[in-house]
Amino acid sequence: MNRPFFYQVRKFYNKSILLLIFLLSFIACVPFFFIVFFVFQKGLGVLNLSFFTQLPPTPDENYGGLANGMVGSLKIVGLACLLGVPWALFLGVFLSEKPQHKIAQSLRFVVDLSISVPSIVIGIFVYSFLVSLFGFSAYAGSFALLMILIPIVAKSTEEILKMIPHHIREAGLALGIPKWKVIFRIILPGTLTMLLSGVILALARIAGETAPLLFTALGNHFFSKSLGEPTATLPVQIYEFSKSGFPNLENMAWGGALVLISFVFLINFGIRFFLFLLRSRNLS
Amino acid sequence: MKKTLIEVKNLSAWFKKNQALSEVNVEIEKNKVVAIIGPSGCGKSTFIRCLNRLHEEVEGAFLKGEVLLEGKNIYDSSEDPALIRRKIGMVFQKPNPFPGMSIYDNVAIGLRLNGMKKRSLLDERIEQSLRSAGLWKEVKDRLNYSGLSLSGGQQQRLCIARALAIQPFVILMDEPTSALDPVSTGWVEELLQKLKKQVTVVIVTHNMQQAARVSDRIAFFIDGKLIEYNKTSRFFTKPESPKSEDYITGRF
Ligand SMILES: Nc1ncnc2c1ncn2[C@@H]1O[C@H](COP(=O)(O)OP(=O)(O)OP(=O)(O)O)[C@@H](O)[C@H]1O
Ligand SMILES: [Mg+2]
Repeated sequence: MNRPFFYQVRKFYNKSILLLIFLLSFIACVPFFFIVFFVFQKGLGVLNLSFFTQLPPTPDENYGGLANGMVGSLKIVGLACLLGVPWALFLGVFLSEKPQHKIAQSLRFVVDLSISVPSIVIGIFVYSFLVSLFGFSAYAGSFALLMILIPIVAKSTEEILKMIPHHIREAGLALGIPKWKVIFRIILPGTLTMLLSGVILALARIAGETAPLLFTALGNHFFSKSLGEPTATLPVQIYEFSKSGFPNLENMAWGGALVLISFVFLINFGIRFFLFLLRSRNLS
Repeated sequence: MKKTLIEVKNLSAWFKKNQALSEVNVEIEKNKVVAIIGPSGCGKSTFIRCLNRLHEEVEGAFLKGEVLLEGKNIYDSSEDPALIRRKIGMVFQKPNPFPGMSIYDNVAIGLRLNGMKKRSLLDERIEQSLRSAGLWKEVKDRLNYSGLSLSGGQQQRLCIARALAIQPFVILMDEPTSALDPVSTGWVEELLQKLKKQVTVVIVTHNMQQAARVSDRIAFFIDGKLIEYNKTSRFFTKPESPKSEDYITGRF
């Protein structure tokens, strides 16, 4: 059976499958490269200082920027993260550490379901419960994004913590460390890199959400003075300007798209760099 | 003079409906090494995990009976399991360093989380623990490497150092050398003899020679029951139970 001929056939088979895998992976990445390429090509020319400092132009003006949308997005996404990330981490810890608990089981069900709720539905929900009472505001926008963020981060946290075998926790307990300290001082720091990857993914997702913001933060042609007012955001501006039909506004939209992509990249690299610094400090 | 440190009274333990230990009675003397032996699944691990209250951490596990440490029942409702576990250290069968933590931090974490903050004190205690575990020479120049960067045997000695660092006066070991090479195993056995001066050791082992070499007493289990508890020399030369004899001679 082990004749050289069969070995050659196997080798060839092995190589073709490897080639196929490589090709398919490459094809999967192609749209990404195209998106980045087009966004850079169309958006780069628009970017200048005033793009980051000025309000959007009217259709017949040839200057202006998306400063209010950037500030608005930062505020709304920032607030959602500030409230949502710790909340979701605690929820994830609860789901993974008390898997059999009655409340955990129903919460897990809710989390699994809400991950699959389309974001526009969340937008309508927040619209009919919050906006109809208090009006459009950055708060309402943050709340809608919060509802998208929490289940994603909670689920990824739960899955990551479940990967740490039980005997690691027992090793902590056996040192006379109370259970909650084992989780928050040993297990969570030990999985920080993975946990933050989950957070980055969720952050990238909510930073680009448009539909729920249309129903909640609405938009604003100017800077909003407080979180209680309708607030401009980048995704909504991109949406509106790109379908406006005016070339100068469409260009603004491309510029906005470039800023949005770069923002997510920067956050991603920023967090990884922070982790790198943390590690090199801890390990020295 | 005989000095009892741990007294186990009518200890029975269950995993849900499955009984793993029944009516075990043992007295463990201070500064002795007790080896727990018996066929796979007979309840050795369960037994030592009852001595530091880890058994109750398993979903659906419970027990009946008493474990007296210096005369006080560790299962008394007023006892804090965390405080008990500080007095009774444990080394597991599989090496389990904490993920994402340096060699230094692995040994330091127990001390830090129990309130020792001073760097000089920590440094001293960590060197001492790593030396005791026979790992110091290999890791002293890379204390800030990840604990998981060590080989399996080195990881196990790291776990021993981690358990020693908080200076417990009882150490439970669950087949600590099953992942070690003969040289490291020799190290650990030598360590046991040194440790005996300060601590009491309960060690689970499948290796008869090891049990004979390191222990003063043997506890032999079958099917969750304590078949014989005897001086090591007596156990191997004149066992009381015919089952022990069968087991020693490999006729089990
Ligand atoms: N986590 C668990 N859940 C349910 N049953 C368990 C669990 N751990 C052990 N048992 C059962 O309890 C009994 C005793 O197991 P234990 O682990 O104490 O055996 P052991 O003597 O340490 O075996 P080994 O030498 O193979 O390590 C076995 O019947 C086993 O199936
Ligand atoms: Mg075992």
